[in-house]
Amino acid sequence: MKYDIILCGVGGQGGISVSVVIARAAMAEGLQVKQSEVHGMSQRGGEVLAHLRISDGTIASPTIPLGSASLVLAFEPLEALRYLPWLAAGGSVIAAAEPIRNIADYPDLGAIHAALKALPRSLLIDADRIAKEAGNARAANMVLVGAAARHLPLKAASLEAAIVELFSRKGEAVVAANMKAFEAGRGL
Amino acid sequence: MDNQMLMGDEAIALGALHAGLSAAFAYPGTPSTEIMETLQEIASREGGFVAQWCSNEKTAFESALGASYAGRRTMVSMKHVGLNVAADPFINSALLKINGGLVVVVADDPGMHSSQDEQDSRWYADFARVPCLEPADSQEAYDMAREAFELSEKNACPVMLRIVTRLAHGRSAVVFGPRLPQNPVSKAGDRWGWNLMPSVARRLWKDLLAKYERIRGENDATSAIEPGSADLAVVTTGLALQYYRENEGDLATKPSHLHISRYPIPHGALRELASRSKRILVLEEGYPFVERYLRGILSTPIPISGKESGEVPATGELTPDNIRPALGLPARQGLAPSSLVPPGRPPQLCAGCPHGDSFSFLTEALEGHQVFAVNADIGCYTLGALPPYNAVETVVEMGASFGMARGASEAGLRPAVGVIGDSTFYHSGIPNLVDAVSHGTNVKFLILDNATTGMTGAQPTIMPSERLRAIALAVGVGSDHVHVVRAHRTEHEANVALLKRELDHMGVSVIIAFRECIEALKKARKA
Ligand code: SF4
Repeated sequence: MKYDIILCGVGGQGGISVSVVIARAAMAEGLQVKQSEVHGMSQRGGEVLAHLRISDGTIASPTIPLGSASLVLAFEPLEALRYLPWLAAGGSVIAAAEPIRNIADYPDLGAIHAALKALPRSLLIDADRIAKEAGNARAANMVLVGAAARHLPLKAASLEAAIVELFSRKGEAVVAANMKAFEAGRGL
Repeated sequence: MDNQMLMGDEAIALGALHAGLSAAFAYPGTPSTEIMETLQEIASREGGFVAQWCSNEKTAFESALGASYAGRRTMVSMKHVGLNVAADPFINSALLKINGGLVVVVADDPGMHSSQDEQDSRWYADFARVPCLEPADSQEAYDMAREAFELSEKNACPVMLRIVTRLAHGRSAVVFGPRLPQNPVSKAGDRWGWNLMPSVARRLWKDLLAKYERIRGENDATSAIEPGSADLAVVTTGLALQYYRENEGDLATKPSHLHISRYPIPHGALRELASRSKRILVLEEGYPFVERYLRGILSTPIPISGKESGEVPATGELTPDNIRPALGLPARQGLAPSSLVPPGRPPQLCAGCPHGDSFSFLTEALEGHQVFAVNADIGCYTLGALPPYNAVETVVEMGASFGMARGASEAGLRPAVGVIGDSTFYHSGIPNLVDAVSHGTNVKFLILDNATTGMTGAQPTIMPSERLRAIALAVGVGSDHVHVVRAHRTEHEANVALLKRELDHMGVSVIIAFRECIEALKKARKA
């Protein structure tokens, strides 16, 4: 088994936390994991990308080869489109629908949504709205993890445990809100 | 705790700690910063060792030299361009009889994710005759950090650990070894092993050359050629191993293969590989270092492919895909890129960043001048070169702002404004300020004081903001021409007027534009 995930978004969206949750869950299940991210200028609104590779065997490259990703998990719809060349035949795209328009030439949102919907396996999610309804506008990322859960080769319980572990430092209320967002995502 | 998912940087920090590290020194620089951050986090909880940010990479290196002189294991970490700053102590330290193990971690940034060049530190290591280890994943980073200390003490020389961005910021599983006790304080016994006056240095240089060849021989002895087809031999170094392994399964016949992770380059192993092969392909992250070496050591030349010959891209990072043509493999097929996607999202100053307000008043104060120079520096404020500011004209290296503005003014290009951050000022700005004062240059220095090293994730600046004014006064800038202003749009008009007045002053002016970094404030609030 090998499962490669491209996680992408815009600096400041906290995409790295999602990568950590999935990676920890995979480690807890005894799988091999390699993750590669680039920090630096990313905190200031540039595109952010993490490669996450999960396998029951040895993983070589820290970055994902073209045409190999089982999942593109995007926190921003335009960024989802940027990484299509990495998507494997049969791979899925799960993307937050809400745009981050911090560039002058941001393309037409309708066209972006249409391009994503035209893909054979894609899911567009109003992650911000769903997170707000679940009680924490800042938990949109966990809505996406929830939506990805059924695709991932991992048990939901492992993901839940990883969410608890990641947020426990911030108190019970934050854990509960993120769990609720995760559950809301799973229901989609 | 015994099987952790660690970043390369974290793995190195822990490897050093478990090898009995007593003192670590560094200056922040992507992608090396997390090494010191990891050590400081542990030091704040456990104590028992020193982990300090320093003014710059040179002072960090010199502190490490002192710690080694004292007999203790010490590590100094920096990004690749930091080694330019520390080049003097680095190159000369190779001649010393190192006492406590001294490990120099240098993080190269192929692809320039957050740097101004792609320089390959292996050239520095070879130039200085310093042995170098190059890990290929986090486990190796951990193991090699430990090994580097052994190697350093065994051979009485500094050892470089060379990593690249993908290794520094890539995570994979690490299993820890036992934690060794620290060395006691025990001053270097041989005083003449630490004194580079010419008569001594001549002897030490001879010793070093012999030592270097001995270590080369050891590297030869531990090199293992994976046998394969005679048609193609593949040489990999560091992370390139992983990209090769990713593709190996697609090759119809398995090439013979040699992986190099320890320098000096094992000549014997390379010659042996060449003698069995019709052609050699070199895959290495950075410059064509092994490739070029290889051309010089084979007695019967065979075709050598790599970055220099053009088969492998000469710029940017290696990827599992861009080495396929050199291996004779077809491109992997993914979906076509969407035509909707613009080339990228340029990074921007954070909303509300004080630098934005500083660039606004600077630009307005310069309006009306036909010619002027705005020489800036390395930091978040480099982004002042981009719209909407378009204020910054030059960005070269740490400290160049002040020096270039001074030189431009002396050459007749005025007004000349040097723009530097507080951290970069402490790093490399002060000597240029001294030059300007000593020659009475007509130059304006704008210090953007955000009380942090913002670019690398808000590490505390080495000194509190109040000192900046005192330093300018202490080196002799006239007290009427040192100003501290608030970098905020509510002060815009006053700041423009003040800067305009100073542009008319014929000597050195220092304007310190203060307001805290938004990111640092957020980070402080979270903590
Ligand atoms: S990190 Fe700080 S200094 Fe850098 S752009 Fe953001 S607010 Fe400005």
